[in-house]
Amino acid sequence: MAEKCEVVSQTGMEIAIIEKKMETRIEKQHRIIGAEFMPDENLSTKGNVMNKIETKNVQCWYGDFHVLRDVSISVEPNTVTALIGPSGCGKSTYLRVFNRMNDLIDGFKLEGDVLIDGKDIYDKNIRVNELRKNVGMVFQKPNPFPKSIFENVAYGLRVNGVTDKKLIADTVERSLKQAAVWNEVKDNLHKNALGLSGGQQQRLCIARAIAVQPSVILMDEATSALDPISTGKIEDLIADLKKDYTILIVTHNMQQALRVSDKTAFFFLGDMIEYNDTKEIFNNPQHEHTRNYVGGRFG
Amino acid sequence: MNNEEEKTLKNNAFKVWAVFATSIGLVMLGILLVKIGMDGMHRLSLQFFTSLPSRRAEDAGIFTAWVGTLWIMGTTALIAIPIGIGAGIYLEEYSKKGWWSNFLEINISNLAGVPSIIYGLLGLEVFVRLLHMGESILAGSFTLALLILPIVIVSTRESIKAVPKTLREASYALGASKWQTISMQVLPAASGGVMTGIILALSRAIGETAPLIVVGALTYVPFTPKSVFDSFTVLPIQIFNWVSRPQAEFLVNAAAGIIVLVVITIVMNGSAVLLRNRWQKNVKW
Ligand SMILES: Nc1ncnc2c1ncn2[C@@H]1O[C@H](COP(=O)(O)OP(=O)(O)O)[C@@H](O)[C@H]1O
Ligand SMILES: [Mg+2]
Repeated sequence: MAEKCEVVSQTGMEIAIIEKKMETRIEKQHRIIGAEFMPDENLSTKGNVMNKIETKNVQCWYGDFHVLRDVSISVEPNTVTALIGPSGCGKSTYLRVFNRMNDLIDGFKLEGDVLIDGKDIYDKNIRVNELRKNVGMVFQKPNPFPKSIFENVAYGLRVNGVTDKKLIADTVERSLKQAAVWNEVKDNLHKNALGLSGGQQQRLCIARAIAVQPSVILMDEATSALDPISTGKIEDLIADLKKDYTILIVTHNMQQALRVSDKTAFFFLGDMIEYNDTKEIFNNPQHEHTRNYVGGRFG
Repeated sequence: MNNEEEKTLKNNAFKVWAVFATSIGLVMLGILLVKIGMDGMHRLSLQFFTSLPSRRAEDAGIFTAWVGTLWIMGTTALIAIPIGIGAGIYLEEYSKKGWWSNFLEINISNLAGVPSIIYGLLGLEVFVRLLHMGESILAGSFTLALLILPIVIVSTRESIKAVPKTLREASYALGASKWQTISMQVLPAASGGVMTGIILALSRAIGETAPLIVVGALTYVPFTPKSVFDSFTVLPIQIFNWVSRPQAEFLVNAAAGIIVLVVITIVMNGSAVLLRNRWQKNVKW
């Protein structure tokens, strides 16, 4: 086709060919964004595919420190699951199991099965970068990049090889709208994101996470650094995002767990003590530790 | 005397000592600058910058010296910056913690304390003789690059270390690879600190005389270099040459040369401090 381009001198023809090339390139990039994170179709499917997420007897260690024991949970798609429990009981560690962020820590070890869409994400054929695109994360303290608002949201696309300007601009706009922050930033897209308020920064971080079209979103105490109004906005947002994503949140705020989550898991000193419908956990807890915790007696 | 009184007394005594110690340095510098300024200020003219060295003091200038300094600094920077930043990135991000990285770390710190004449001898043996670079700008630049590498490496590592962990996590969590995270987030965020280190390193190199004399910089160069393979002189060597002449008029030239050198150094260090302050303000996110 390159040769043909040189021979044909009519500009119209050339443009048509170039356009055709562009189209195929853009199509490819579209596929990049929506890409499956599994490189190998033949990977065994171990779990119940009705469950979005499933862990079986997951155990974790930091060096010799046994931080999680035998955690087994299954999560249905398009639900919000809250992880609650006293500080230091392993909630963050468990959350970071799903995007393998713990892999960055020296001495971390995991046993058991962690399945997303029925596939073992700790299988050696898994590409961790692809997994992390599929499983987005929002952190406790808003952590936008010290770049423009636009570049913050575009970053995930850029590192995944998307170069098409229009596609990037459209995705940025759509993500910011979905994260309910578009109206506040649309006139300042090229200003530094660090100039935004804490609540805006956190919604920007949500937009950044959803720009790469994950199917799961992890939020680790994402509202604990925010004022009540910003917190309310993010809770509304979670309820809205549930339509498209499966969401796991860690929270110390019992009211928040009650308001936004469908299911709740209670952690205590490395054990997952109780996992049930949120209403059950709060109204009719089965274990004494759970009862004490949701009753506000420790934590 | 009760305990409280003793404490305040000690406190005040220490304060006086600290102020005294600081002032000694400043006063000495002040005296030096004033003396040099009085001696050499009137010699600074366009002619001084554009003239070749000469046996007659009033005709002599620093043309070949400052052009040589530019060549040496430029070439040194081209060698030291990529190697220094690369080594800093490797040590901070890639090398496994263990005896090997400890060994490297200790050696790099030690290198920073080696007298510069030793670098000169190393440069003479390795670059001038072994690698046949001759007594050229290239040999001098490699020697100075070795001399300042520890500074560049250490400042690169420190600035990378100062980048908050949350920034890396944000990048990894979006599916970025390690290299993407380093090149697109960590290095830009660390760039202020890295730049500061580079400027400070170069401002150290610009005043170095001994190692360049050892690798064969000339004291009398009646031409400017055309390439990195030419011989050269630099400002401090020209000054040294003038100071060692018996005639008093050459001392005036030396003073004028010192003014030029001091101004360059102050400008470089000043911009390093400015840059560092701006960077520290920005780095708190
Ligand atoms: N990187 C680490 N290295 C060693 N121990 C850690 C690390 N991160 C967390 N821990 C320990 O693991 C336990 C669980 O931590 P974490 O998962 O952060 O708890 P939570 O989020 O419930 O407060 C705590 O005792 C904590 O000190
Ligand atoms: Mg935590």
